[in-house]
Amino acid sequence: MSLAVRVIPCLDVDAGRVVKGVNFRNMRDAGDPVELARRYDAEGADELTFLDITASSGDRATMYDVVRRTAEQVFIPLTVGGGVRAVDDVDRLLRAGADKVGVNTAAIARPELVGEISARFGSQVLVLSVDARRAEPGSGMRFEVTTHGGRRGAGIDAVEWAERAAGLGAGEILLNSMDADGTEDGYDLEMIEAVRAAVDVPVIASGGAGKTADFPPAVASGADAVLAASVFHFGRLTIGQVKDALRESGAPVR
Amino acid sequence: MGTRVAVLDYGSGNIRSAERALARTGAEVEVTADRRTALEADGLLVPGVGAYAACMAGLRAVRGDEIIGRRLAGGRPVLGICVGMQILFERGIEHGVETQGCGEWPGTVEKLRAPVVPHMGWNTVSAPEGSRLFAGIGPEERFYFVHSYAVRRWELTDTPYAPPRVTWSEHGEPFVAAVENGPLWATQFHPEKSGDAGATLLANWVASL
Repeated sequence: MSLAVRVIPCLDVDAGRVVKGVNFRNMRDAGDPVELARRYDAEGADELTFLDITASSGDRATMYDVVRRTAEQVFIPLTVGGGVRAVDDVDRLLRAGADKVGVNTAAIARPELVGEISARFGSQVLVLSVDARRAEPGSGMRFEVTTHGGRRGAGIDAVEWAERAAGLGAGEILLNSMDADGTEDGYDLEMIEAVRAAVDVPVIASGGAGKTADFPPAVASGADAVLAASVFHFGRLTIGQVKDALRESGAPVR
Repeated sequence: MGTRVAVLDYGSGNIRSAERALARTGAEVEVTADRRTALEADGLLVPGVGAYAACMAGLRAVRGDEIIGRRLAGGRPVLGICVGMQILFERGIEHGVETQGCGEWPGTVEKLRAPVVPHMGWNTVSAPEGSRLFAGIGPEERFYFVHSYAVRRWELTDTPYAPPRVTWSEHGEPFVAAVENGPLWATQFHPEKSGDAGATLLANWVASL
């Protein structure tokens, strides 16, 4: 008996529509996150992540509706991140049907938020999202936390931040390499190893997946789950192909 | 009339999924904190996520512990899920604080000793011969778990019903993944989040009502 490595597709959602989606066969509307979620569920995804990139706060209500409709049709865990600033945001997402909530920038600005959320809902609902990059030489850091989609350094050591957040009550770390993100050259394995060694909560590797061979090394480096976006959305890889590669490498999969 | 199932609403996390997953089995589902509805339904589902102490406080606020007790005294089925299973035991110990549970079963809910905690994701289980909850579900099927605490020792031996059927799983160490004991059944994992295997399990429960 052993826990399966989770394969998690991530969908960027803007005002209720999926960004970067393509039309799969037998899909009416590739821009509908609910329909795409169903597709991934049918393909064998172990969990789903929605990242709300809606710029206008006026369109936020749309996301709650998307979460609600997804939870009514898809019976695997759903994580929702993006724009979560306060305990009340978490409450609304959970009530809408999210199982976990991703917190990123707001926790950097105010780390107490991590403790507030986990005290109220339990640490299992809280995924700390860390966007990190290789730090400048001489900065005293190996990996630095970034904000604004990787454009701005936060001046915080990513490994220390992950460790601190786990101590404050984060139940899981979503580790996104901003250097690897979009390159499709593979995950940043050293970053995964460094964070894995520092925390005892699950680590989700994110950023850089381009082919099936990229996934087993992330797991070998200590990732409990692997997340990818574009390779799935553009139909280049299926969830099944990723699982086959993991299975062949000896990793347990569902 | 279909089978009527009540989902006990005591302010604990995402219960929409439980409601929808049960509705898929064909049951008539009502999410409620109303005592009478909860007592009279053919089956009562007790969900639960988050901290043990917070769940017990929420449960007591709607007299959920008493509703569970009354139902069981009359042989009426109850299904506990996740912390909704843990609160059926005598006590839970989280962060060194002991909280009194419903005490329907002897035993203590304690922190799992494993390299990575929470135990989060899909794991297999080992169901005993003759299990009705896992009927038609193969040993290779996986269920979705998310918890840091568990019951590591099953202590109930003397029971007015047939011997309890205990299903085990393992994360760092063995723990109780599900129990079938007379009218009281429970799972540590989330069947409502466990895809097709979870749907089969919930249908098995509803069919037993």
